[in-house]
Amino acid sequence: MLNVTNLHAYYGKSHILQGVNFNIKEGEIVSLLGRNGVGRSTTVKTIMGEVEPQGSIQFKNIEIAGKKSFEIANMGLGYVPENRDIFPTLTVRQNLLLGQKSDASSSRWSIEEMFGMFPNLGERAEVAGGVLSGGEQQMLCMCRTLMGDPELIMIDEPTEGLAPKIVEQVAELLQEIANRGVAILLVEQKLSIALKISHRLYVMGHGQIVYEGTPDSLMAADDVRAEWLEV
Amino acid sequence: MLEVFIFATLNGLVTGLLLFMLASGLTLIFSMMGVLNFAHASFYMLGAYFAYSISLYFGFWSGLIFAPIIVGVLGALVERYGLRRVHQQGHVAELVFTFGLAFLIEEAVQFFWGADTKNYQSPDLLDFPLFTLFGQEFPAYRGFMIGISVAIFIGLYYVLTKSRIGIIIQAAITHPHTVSNLGHNVPLIFMGVFGVGSALAGVAGVIAGPVLTTFPGMAVVLGSIVFVIVVIGGLGSLAGAFIASILIGLLQSYAIASNLGMPDLLNLLGLEFGRDHPLTDLWTLTLPQIAPILPFLLLVLVLIFRPTGLMGKREQ
Repeated sequence: MLNVTNLHAYYGKSHILQGVNFNIKEGEIVSLLGRNGVGRSTTVKTIMGEVEPQGSIQFKNIEIAGKKSFEIANMGLGYVPENRDIFPTLTVRQNLLLGQKSDASSSRWSIEEMFGMFPNLGERAEVAGGVLSGGEQQMLCMCRTLMGDPELIMIDEPTEGLAPKIVEQVAELLQEIANRGVAILLVEQKLSIALKISHRLYVMGHGQIVYEGTPDSLMAADDVRAEWLEV
Repeated sequence: MLEVFIFATLNGLVTGLLLFMLASGLTLIFSMMGVLNFAHASFYMLGAYFAYSISLYFGFWSGLIFAPIIVGVLGALVERYGLRRVHQQGHVAELVFTFGLAFLIEEAVQFFWGADTKNYQSPDLLDFPLFTLFGQEFPAYRGFMIGISVAIFIGLYYVLTKSRIGIIIQAAITHPHTVSNLGHNVPLIFMGVFGVGSALAGVAGVIAGPVLTTFPGMAVVLGSIVFVIVVIGGLGSLAGAFIASILIGLLQSYAIASNLGMPDLLNLLGLEFGRDHPLTDLWTLTLPQIAPILPFLLLVLVLIFRPTGLMGKREQ
C-alpha cells in the first residue's frame, strides 16, 4: 500500500533523511521506532508533503512525492501530527467536521460513533477544543483524521505525555482502527504499545532504517534494542 | 442640541459601517497573509468606478450587483498570479507589491476614467427623506447604506461561524498545515477569502461613491483611515476592527457636528487672547477643523499606550 524507496529530506543544509526504505501492506499495523532526532517525524512529514521529498513514495501504486498535502490526504492517507494540532477556538464537533471530506456519506466513521467510543468527547461536543485535557485532545486529533476515512493512517507519538489509563484507550482505538481494515503507521519512541499491536516494526537511526522485524524478533535482539532504542 | 446629536450619531454609524466593510476584509486578509494589503482601498475605488460605468448603461442596481463581482474576481486573480508568487520572497516583498499595486490601480483609474470627479448618483428610487426629525431630513439612501452593511455583516458572521466553509477558513487562518493535511485545498481557500475581501471593499465603493464622491484620490482618503482602524482595533481581530470602525465613524461625525473650538475652551479657562496674537490660528481652531486628523491622533495614542490595539493579541 505504501512503498518508500531511497527517501532523502533536508532541513536547510542538514541532511535529515538519508535513504529511508520501508513499506506497509494493506490493513497492516507497522511501527516506526527510534530515539528522538533520528528522523521518524520527518519521515511522516515528508510522506505528507510538508517537507520536500527526494526519492520515491508510492501510495496505492501512485507516486505521491511532489504532490501537495491536501492531494495526498484526499487519496486516503491520514496523518495525526505529534503536536496534537487541534483548533483551540473551534468546538469539539467543529474539529471533527473539519476532518470530514466533502463526500462523507461512504465514510466508515461517523461523529456520533466517535462520541459513543469516547463519551468524554461527546459530553463536550459544543465546548472549545482548547479546554480539553491532553489525553482528550489526542483522542480528538485521532478521531478528526479518521473522519476523513483514510486507508492508511500515520500517527506520530500518540501516547507521549499521557497517563497510563489514557495510553490504554489509545491502544484500544488503534486496535479498532485496524479491525476496520485501516492500515496504521505508528511512530513511537517507547516500545510498550508498539510491541503489543504491531505486525511489523522498523527501527530508525541516523536518518535510515537500521532494523526490520516482528515484535518477537525485536524482543530477541538485545543488541538492536541496546544500540538504537534504550535510553 | 438633541437633533444634532441624533443626526451626528446616524451619520457616524453610516461612516463606521462603511469603514468596517473595508476593515473586515483587510483584517481577514491580514490574518491570512500576515501583511497589510495596501491595495485594499484601491479595490474600494475600483468598486465605485465600475459601478459608475455600469450605472450609466444599466442603472445603479446592476452596478451594485456586478461591480463587486468584477472586483472580487480581480482580487482573486491578484492573489493567485501576483501575491502567491511574491509570498515566497517574504513579507517585505509582499508589502512592496501591494504598495505598488495601489499606485498602479490609481494610475489606471486616471487613465481610463480621467482625473475629474465622476457624476455617480444614488438611485432615484432612494431619493426621498427616510424620516424628518426636528425639521431635519435623513436621506433614505443613508438608511439604505446602514441596512445593506448590516445585512452583509450578519451574512458574513453566519457563514464564518456556522457554515462548514467558514469553519475551514477559521482553522486555515491559524493552522494552514493541519487543515491541508486533512485534505482541504488551503491555497484555494486563501484565494477565495482574498476575492471575497476585495468584493466587500468593492461593495463599500459602490455604495459610498455617490455620497463621498467618486474621484481618483478616494482610495487614499479612506484607505489611510482604514489602516488606522485595523491598528487601533488590533491587527487580525474582526471584533476589534468593528469597534474601532464605529468609534472612528462616530468620533469624526461628532467632531464635525459640534461647533466647539479652542475659543470655548479658553473661555472656560478664563483666558483671552487678542486677535493679533502670533498664534491666532491655533487659538481659533475649531473641532470640525481638526476632525480629519482625529483618527491619526487616536492611532498615535493607541500605539503609545496600548501597542497591540484594543482587541489584538501580543505577538509571540
